[in-house]
Amino acid sequence: MRLEVAIEAKAFRSPSGGLHQALGRLAFGVPEGEVAAIVGPSGCGKTTLMRLIAGLDRDYDGRVTLRPGDRLGVAFQEPRLLPWRTAEDNVRIAAPNATEAALGVLFQRFGLSEHRRHLPGELSLGLARRVSLARALAVEPDLLLLDEPFASLDGATRASLVEAVAEIVACRGMATLLITHDIDAAIRLADTIYALSPRPATIVRRVRIDAPRSRMSPQAAAALAREIGAPP
Amino acid sequence: MGLNLAWRLLSLALLLLCWQIASTASGGNNLPAPWEVLQRIGQEARSGALVHHMAITLGRVVAAFVIAMALGSAIGYAMGRNLLADRLGDPWLVLLLNLPALVIIVLAYIWIGLNEVAAIGAVALNKLPNAIVSLREGAKALDPQYDELAEVFSLPAWTRLRHILAPQLAPYFAASARSGLSLVWKIVLVVELMGRSNGIGFQMNVAFQLFDMTLLLAYALPFVGVMLAIEFLLVQPFERRVSRWRPRAA
Repeated sequence: MRLEVAIEAKAFRSPSGGLHQALGRLAFGVPEGEVAAIVGPSGCGKTTLMRLIAGLDRDYDGRVTLRPGDRLGVAFQEPRLLPWRTAEDNVRIAAPNATEAALGVLFQRFGLSEHRRHLPGELSLGLARRVSLARALAVEPDLLLLDEPFASLDGATRASLVEAVAEIVACRGMATLLITHDIDAAIRLADTIYALSPRPATIVRRVRIDAPRSRMSPQAAAALAREIGAPP
Repeated sequence: MGLNLAWRLLSLALLLLCWQIASTASGGNNLPAPWEVLQRIGQEARSGALVHHMAITLGRVVAAFVIAMALGSAIGYAMGRNLLADRLGDPWLVLLLNLPALVIIVLAYIWIGLNEVAAIGAVALNKLPNAIVSLREGAKALDPQYDELAEVFSLPAWTRLRHILAPQLAPYFAASARSGLSLVWKIVLVVELMGRSNGIGFQMNVAFQLFDMTLLLAYALPFVGVMLAIEFLLVQPFERRVSRWRPRAA
């Protein structure tokens, strides 16, 4: 396992002093070379879960285990690019050891070759997302965390980005955790899908996708989406 | 731009005209004519005295400015990031902000002696609290999102400083540098007047003792000119450079 999550509970203290349970008991793992997707209604604590796994919030009960020395690649929900550096520099700063050729391939695959010299303020949200994804992949991560990488994009942009990520994840073979409310993207990308309940989030369903995903028929995918999205 | 420059030149010409009229009206003793001052500047420049004193004063300005900005940035950053440092340091800061420049200068000369260390130290200490306040604001405004970014990508300290901290602090640093430079060069003259035997401030003192208005203006005006040149050629371009990435306001 590249990542093992065994969370007992995570609560936030509100300004008024009350405790709000964000996460309940959650246990799952992501093995080498597989893609796991966490899907759930918005506000169910998906981003909270991502922050715990990324090590940005250590105040919780339970354990998140990464392999020591593993490199992490993260694409945040907002692209979080440094606005004072160009698209290319944003990637290079995170991945100083990436070769020119590797960066060239990434920029090419995400359709960013013409935007290398642009500042993030000059990019659309879709392009900024691509830069953020390119940055997460440029570090050649052992574990890739993607938080809603396809949110608020129009249909065509979203579809092309899903395909680009699917292709790169398949050929690199790193462990990937995709957090999304987009069940279709989860079906397209994941080997295992975990559906979360509303707050406090627990796993209500685990769906293993064994069929080669790119060859799954649209009907089968739609049926699966209904199954995952259905109330428990 | 061209029109703007034309207005500025016209304004400057008007100032010179007023100066000439005032000089003629007052008989020329208390206010020498522009031409006389210019001749005196030429004399002092040829003898090398003007350059000598100017270089010494500029050296003090640079030394005091660098010390104040470096210390002020470090302390301001620490206070902006650390609540304990802020709480402990704040009363000292308020005290220092409200201590008149003259008090600091006199104390420095008495305690340390009439030497270069006291002179530059006193000037730096006058500028220090402003730099601290400005950089503390900058450090408080740092966006935690970028800290998290640095955290998940395990960026080394130097990369964080150069690509994440410095660009966010630069506007505060630039504003502080700009106000700081004008503060420092004014106080340097006072320090020189009170306790040094060279520099523009010392020459002001000589001119004052002799009631030599031409000498006074012959040293004051070129020095102001040099400081304005530094402001326009160094400080303002730096300010523009660090905010280049911001989308232009429409």
